[in-house]
Amino acid sequence: MYDVYEIRKQFPMLTNDIKMQNKPLVFLDNCSTTFKPQCVIDAEMEYYTKTTSNSHRGDYDLSVKMDEKIDEARNVVAHFVNCEPNEVVFTSGTTAGLNLVAFGYGLRFLKAGDEIIISEAEHASNVLPWFEVAKLTGAIVKFMPFDECGRLTTDNLKKVISKKTKIVSIANVGNVLGYITDVKSMGKVAHENGAIMVVDGAQSVPHLKTDFKDLDCDFLAFSAHKMCGPTGIGALIGKYGLLDKMSPYLVGGGNNSTFDNTGAVNYRLPPAKFEAGTQNIASIIGFMEAIKFIEKIGIEAIHAHDIELIRYAKEKLKDFDKLEVLNPLGENGILTFNIKGVFPQDEATLLNYKGIAIRSGEHCAKLLHAFLKTKATCRMSTYLYTTKEDIDVFVDALINGGDILDAYFNDQSNDETNHHGSLFRSNQ
Amino acid sequence: MTSQMMRQIIMDHYSDPINKHQPPKEGYEKVHMHSDNCIDDLDIFMLVENGKIVDACFDGVACTISTSSTDIMCELLKDKDIKDSKYIIEQFQHMIHEEPFDEDVLDEAIVFINTSKQAARIRCATIGWNAANEVLKGK
Repeated sequence: MYDVYEIRKQFPMLTNDIKMQNKPLVFLDNCSTTFKPQCVIDAEMEYYTKTTSNSHRGDYDLSVKMDEKIDEARNVVAHFVNCEPNEVVFTSGTTAGLNLVAFGYGLRFLKAGDEIIISEAEHASNVLPWFEVAKLTGAIVKFMPFDECGRLTTDNLKKVISKKTKIVSIANVGNVLGYITDVKSMGKVAHENGAIMVVDGAQSVPHLKTDFKDLDCDFLAFSAHKMCGPTGIGALIGKYGLLDKMSPYLVGGGNNSTFDNTGAVNYRLPPAKFEAGTQNIASIIGFMEAIKFIEKIGIEAIHAHDIELIRYAKEKLKDFDKLEVLNPLGENGILTFNIKGVFPQDEATLLNYKGIAIRSGEHCAKLLHAFLKTKATCRMSTYLYTTKEDIDVFVDALINGGDILDAYFNDQSNDETNHHGSLFRSNQ
Repeated sequence: MTSQMMRQIIMDHYSDPINKHQPPKEGYEKVHMHSDNCIDDLDIFMLVENGKIVDACFDGVACTISTSSTDIMCELLKDKDIKDSKYIIEQFQHMIHEEPFDEDVLDEAIVFINTSKQAARIRCATIGWNAANEVLKGK
């Protein structure tokens, strides 16, 4: 039995009576980041208060224990996404992971005229590294087209892929529309054409059962902070053979075994080869705790919870004709919408005034909005602690939210006669 | 001024801005403004001759607050000399940041007195004013 109220008790951000605009906080921007349960906070705190030491550096007990802890964390990540522990590279997050593939693999192996296929729905972190690498190598970035609903299909990949294609890089779940893309079948097509398949898992790994071996993709990048973990940590999963032949793009302490004054260097084996410098140890430990927390609830149960909430929201909003849903087929915890005649930022400001956090804008997917024929959108996103009551508050604010300028004039009276200066300041 | 009047002024300048258009002729100085947290994407044009702002207009994509605020600013700065314009801009910035200000020179721009209640929108309210500052800098 999924008990969301029991789950909520473990999140200080949900139990500390946090207010926004003097109203109870309703956090519906979980695609952006998520709250942390006490166990994750405690795990990080324990590193700073009881177990501080570097890893791979010392001959003393604390340091050895820290090495064991990092190994344990790597095993937990590997188990969570079903890969081998030595295929887990700790990074600062999805962006760093995708950059590592672009510069460590792409820059090394791409030649002029080679093609990289991405889509216009990709987050900037899965676009700009490829632009940069294309500039440096003479490779060409191509965009696969959407279907009529804004989804990415394998058939459409087939229309643009060729023997020149060396890399296909696509998000498993798009961060604007939330559609689940069949990256497994895309990977198959990529491999048939001699290309590698890179998966941006930032929005999928926190919400969907992800099996690296079953997907048979070559790289998978994701972030901890979108799945109840700390900021500044994530993982790049890569097939060991590829990790072994690609270059580290960050080098220094901890990633080499020998070097001499002639410039000869022996790098350590993956994943250590890609983890130069002191790692974000506290966050690696927090990341492990976040995964354990999620595994206790069950990733399938979390996914079902997301689906139920989005269906509930859509059902409650179905007669609200000012609402334009831009992802009617999406159920992965994301509702993308606009209110007719209202600029998205203005809607977000009104919701902020009601204590509700959503995201408005381009969501770092600047290319997608041309397809949607809108400059920007509002995005509401749920997670494992979101309740139907949160959705009720959100729906009520959309339907009965009032004038967008209420956010600035929170006196509701229409016949104020006071002098403006004292009138508005007294409301603070 | 009542809050209802203030709302009306903001909405009027948003739905039917007076100065939202491309410059009618050559000679305007242009500043492009792009906001990171909003999607405001504006060009502000000013025609400055003989120490005076002869005309000001803007064009682009912007939310209610930035459209309305920039439109009101253009109205306010037209026909003012540079020194007075700088003073007005300064007073507007003081108001937005809840510092003491000279409200006599702000005219309709006083309607943005509540912007600080929505911290995320301060950038929207000031985007056009910052652009005007750019144009007048060093003049």
